[in-house]
Amino acid sequence: MAEFKVAPADAALGTKLMTWVDNRFPATKLYKEHLSEYYAPKNFNFWYFFGSLAMVVLVIQIVTGIFLVMHYKPDAALAFASVEYIMRDVPWGWLVRYMHSTGASAFFIVVYLHMFRGMLYGSYRKPRELIWIFGCAIFLCLMGEAFFGYLLPWGQMSYWGAQVIVNLFAAVPFVGPDLALLIRGDYVVSDATLNRFFSFHVIALPLVLLGLVAAHIIALHEVGSNNPDGVEIKAKKDAAGRPLDGIPFHPYYTVHDILGVAVFLFLFSAVIFFAPEMGGYFLEYNNFIPADPLKTPAHIAPVWYFTPYYSMLRATTDDLVNVFVGLTALAAVGALLKVRAGALVKGGIVVAGLVAIVLLKTFDAKFWGVVVMGGAVVIMFFLPWLDHSPAKSIRYRPSWHKIMYGIFAVVMVVLGYLGTQPPSPIFTLVSQVGTVFYFGFFLLMPWWSQIGEFKPVPDRVTFQPH
Amino acid sequence: MNPVKKLMLALASALCLAAGPATAAEGGVAWDKFPTERLTDVAALQHGAKLFVNYCLNCHSAEYMRYNRLRDIDLTDEQIASNLLFTDGKVGDLMKVNLDARQAKAWFGAQPPDLTVIARSRSAAGQGSGADYLYTYLRTFYRDSTRATGWNNLVFPNVGMPHVLWQLQGEQRAVHAEVADPHDPEKKVEVFTGFEQITPGTMSPAEYNEAVADLVAFLQWMAEPVQNQRVRLGVWVLLFLAGFTVIAWRLNAAFWKDVK
Repeated sequence: MAEFKVAPADAALGTKLMTWVDNRFPATKLYKEHLSEYYAPKNFNFWYFFGSLAMVVLVIQIVTGIFLVMHYKPDAALAFASVEYIMRDVPWGWLVRYMHSTGASAFFIVVYLHMFRGMLYGSYRKPRELIWIFGCAIFLCLMGEAFFGYLLPWGQMSYWGAQVIVNLFAAVPFVGPDLALLIRGDYVVSDATLNRFFSFHVIALPLVLLGLVAAHIIALHEVGSNNPDGVEIKAKKDAAGRPLDGIPFHPYYTVHDILGVAVFLFLFSAVIFFAPEMGGYFLEYNNFIPADPLKTPAHIAPVWYFTPYYSMLRATTDDLVNVFVGLTALAAVGALLKVRAGALVKGGIVVAGLVAIVLLKTFDAKFWGVVVMGGAVVIMFFLPWLDHSPAKSIRYRPSWHKIMYGIFAVVMVVLGYLGTQPPSPIFTLVSQVGTVFYFGFFLLMPWWSQIGEFKPVPDRVTFQPH
Repeated sequence: MNPVKKLMLALASALCLAAGPATAAEGGVAWDKFPTERLTDVAALQHGAKLFVNYCLNCHSAEYMRYNRLRDIDLTDEQIASNLLFTDGKVGDLMKVNLDARQAKAWFGAQPPDLTVIARSRSAAGQGSGADYLYTYLRTFYRDSTRATGWNNLVFPNVGMPHVLWQLQGEQRAVHAEVADPHDPEKKVEVFTGFEQITPGTMSPAEYNEAVADLVAFLQWMAEPVQNQRVRLGVWVLLFLAGFTVIAWRLNAAFWKDVK
């Protein structure tokens, strides 16, 4: 609780006004804590634009979304026509709609780059685990937003994409079919589904998303940003208690981020005005055909930002489940040989291994595909505890770690590409290799992240004035 | 025809219709290039609109499109009302048709699709734009006595629609040649080699190509009437943002010169 302050009688009107406000609401305090006296490391590089850009895209999505809801009709008989109405009859409706549809893809581009930055520089490492966890929750929420929103135009891809994804839940043992029914609200994707997806898309998930974004930023401002060197700037402070390598967020990073926003808006507008369909990747061609429950498209592919996970789902065939069985057995044998413990623990390892193998063989590969797809996202939450590297930043890690992260990025792109293509034996094999690499990358990280020759981490950040 | 037979026939045709675009999307015939410069040619768009309302807008609707949007291709409300609007409706009406969906299904095996955004929906990555598809489709109808309508199509095999523009193009038949199967030298496969005119149309082949190009230009324009304006506006938006980026860059540099 702050003391009640009284402005001097001869103070300027502005000072008096702010004193009045500050006695009732911590406006100046918030401004200082989060902007003018929030010290960020001065060595941010290109990768650090994407956090503020994600915020910009969030605002674009919310504002354009508000205007779209004014004209959109969440009704199976009217939805498709109302989107075309927005594109034709609503003044500037086409621009608002393209901003929203391009914004969805832009959101994922920006967020994927933002997350990869976190992985490269170890931004999730102690004490920033909660920032990372909130971030992963935001990513999950975003996937939900994209999935629910994609049904709304009620085109063929909207309809059949939703049908395929909801049917995945039916693969869950015992409760699956009821679970799918609960999600759809009907036996097929229908008006009931459209209405609930609309509700999730425009109110339920945005509320959660905004709360998580607030938590993400509060946590960030509590511990302070990491930086490309992975050095804690708070460790070296001047006499006034300011980090020596920190600069006030405002004005330095506000002007910096304005530059980032300008470049982003240039690229974003280039898509909106010259290629809003982006060759069928941002707006799928099939989605210009109204949803038809009686006509299944020959090839159903999710939008590009889901395709890496979709590839993993499709890769999980009986063969891959057998590979999992082999790997589980190998892991159990390895644990038996490595762990020095009593018979009870060793017995436990054997039992756990056997149970896992029995479960893998009992349930359908389709179910394990769903587990793999979900697990691919869930595993990200555990990253802070999987990484045991002595150095946070990739800059001071062994060269072969850089290659690992490079391969990881390539695997994601390849899986993403394969997810857009019709399945074929060779593609399935490639995506199986990719899936095993993805999980190996994370699950074996406690081991491999410690191996190699680490470079000495400097005391201060590296920075060249520009 | 008894109801069961009718149903079977309708189902079979529907299956063929559904299979059509899929087959087209998996290789098959290469699409001809639609002459894109027509898209900004107002006279071509007006001619296309005329062909569209005369030949297409009887079975096919364009029910997300209003007649008075044709103002964007320099037609006045009076011109639209007296030349292009054949019902007693108003120019602000949507381009709907009175074809009964059930009857249409009985006649053609499927309900003729709405054409408002057909050009956008027929694009295929690696094959061409929806306009390329339509430009090829409308020029490759040929006589086929095995089909109920007497017509078949090269890019949409077993199409339900008869050749509506046949009087303009005349009748043609597909010429096939037997060549060795690349997968099995023992066998022969039929490949399409070209068309042969059976009866002449009221238009020469060159004139017909021109007319179809205009019609496709109209379909492409109708799929997104704002597209030309969008591109023109985009140039200014990017010019502005380029200028803004320069200012933002200099502003950033001005502040950051203090950071040592």
